[in-house]
Amino acid sequence: MSLIKIKNLSFTYANAEEPAIKNINLTIEKGEFILLTGPSGCGKTTLCRCLNGLIPHFYSGEMQGDVIIDGLNTKEHPVYELAQKVGLVFQDPENQLVSLNVEKELAFAPENLGLPRKEIRKRVEKSLQLLRIEHLRYKAPYELSGGEQQKVAIASVLTLRPKVLVLDEPTSNLDPKGAKQVLETIKELNEELKVTIILVEHRLDLILPYTTRVILMDRGEIVSDSTPGKVFCSNIPEEIGVDIPVSIKLYNELSKMGVKFNKVPLSAKDAAELLTEVFK
Amino acid sequence: MIETVDVWFTYPDGTTALRGVSLRIKDGESVAIMGENGAGKTTLVKHFNGLLKPEKGTVLVDGIDTRDTSVANLAKKVGLVFQNPDHQLFSSTVEEEVMFALKNLGFSREEIRDRVNWVLKFLDLEKYRERSPLSLSGGERKRVALASVLCVKPKILILDEPTIGQDAKQKRKLGNLLKKYQKEGNTVIVVTHDVEFASKYFKRIIVMAGGKIIADGPPNKVLTSLTILEESSLSPPQVTVLSYEIAKKVNAFPRDIVFFDELLQEIIARLRR
Repeated sequence: MSLIKIKNLSFTYANAEEPAIKNINLTIEKGEFILLTGPSGCGKTTLCRCLNGLIPHFYSGEMQGDVIIDGLNTKEHPVYELAQKVGLVFQDPENQLVSLNVEKELAFAPENLGLPRKEIRKRVEKSLQLLRIEHLRYKAPYELSGGEQQKVAIASVLTLRPKVLVLDEPTSNLDPKGAKQVLETIKELNEELKVTIILVEHRLDLILPYTTRVILMDRGEIVSDSTPGKVFCSNIPEEIGVDIPVSIKLYNELSKMGVKFNKVPLSAKDAAELLTEVFK
Repeated sequence: MIETVDVWFTYPDGTTALRGVSLRIKDGESVAIMGENGAGKTTLVKHFNGLLKPEKGTVLVDGIDTRDTSVANLAKKVGLVFQNPDHQLFSSTVEEEVMFALKNLGFSREEIRDRVNWVLKFLDLEKYRERSPLSLSGGERKRVALASVLCVKPKILILDEPTIGQDAKQKRKLGNLLKKYQKEGNTVIVVTHDVEFASKYFKRIIVMAGGKIIADGPPNKVLTSLTILEESSLSPPQVTVLSYEIAKKVNAFPRDIVFFDELLQEIIARLRR
């Protein structure tokens, strides 16, 4: 059974004229690392909200179709139950952090589930370790840098042991150093714990080497869904206004001129290696 | 022209954000101020429109000391768009938001109408005219904030992190728009982390670290220097990363490339050899 199965999903926000997402069909397996991208207003965030039940339980509107997460239909299960399957991390960590210190922040969600004290302690420790933020334990969220705050937000979601982590532009408010730290952490969670990642991100050059699958959306629909190489060598990103990573852009330009490579470079390093071959 | 001479500034909590900043920005320049969080970038630009006054040193805007004039007076000349649009938006519709500054500055009714129409069209916001700014997405709210400043047509336009929340298409549009505005003889200054945006659309890059200017020059000098990038926690543009990777393997391949076309030409030249 697939981890996530979405069938004919459409959603129209209350008072909106047009649906934000239309006729989405998607199957996602355990351990995938998915980059979800598209121009602003394409429906990425709405799709993310459908994955942990915020839609239909929190946002009002009209939902059609089904979202099945690890066997649970999101219509029939409350958000707190779905949150143990799918963790959602937002763009602005400030909106997500509520407690006086990091340790309390991490204990908040498992406390709300009414887990035994010992179990809560265990989970908090594990999350602190995973994100390497033990030294921040007694700090208040406002004392932290943006990158640290975002790591705390991810850690607090991980205390519920979700199988899927959905991150909606987690690095857009961070400086390059902070962004790199957060993206590397996400990669580790995927590689070491096999957490399924669905990442909405614009810094494609940093993330593409780790990505197994790219889903492009435009005007509420999925317009491309394949490997990074296939998606970015097609005309679709250009048509909908999504930037193509430089190494692939170079590959595309050189291919047009008849220069052949044996694979699509997903990083600068890949591209340099392929070029060295060609220069010989 | 903006001129700062040995400007120092310390916030009430004791953080010294500027430690002796001296620079000169001439009319019609396009400047990107870069550096990591806490480097002093935002503090510096807040001195350009008089929101902050130096604790030591002077800031001159067109020869006038900012200590001798009001923010309201400077607002006609210097427009500042904040990083977080929510710190600046308060009206119930987009149209009213944009009209507010124009009304306060005493423009005629026709002038206000024309400018509002122009700016909403320019920034692709016409369809949101009657909407509440707070009902729009983050990226859209940023454009409303820009509209409310741009409609004044300030001679010096300053934007703090304008590309956050904007997709590739909108960034291109914004970049071209700022270029156009600058070509009309205005000064455009951005504070940004976005190296791709800065290298594509700005001719002069000023890098700050620890409240000081550590580099000042064209993108292909500043953004390709590993020493400067490291000191300021910036990452190089993707094109530069690629040229460095190639240079590691290919003899005498240049490392100071920031533009894609330049990189492509360099590669083609080598393939033809």
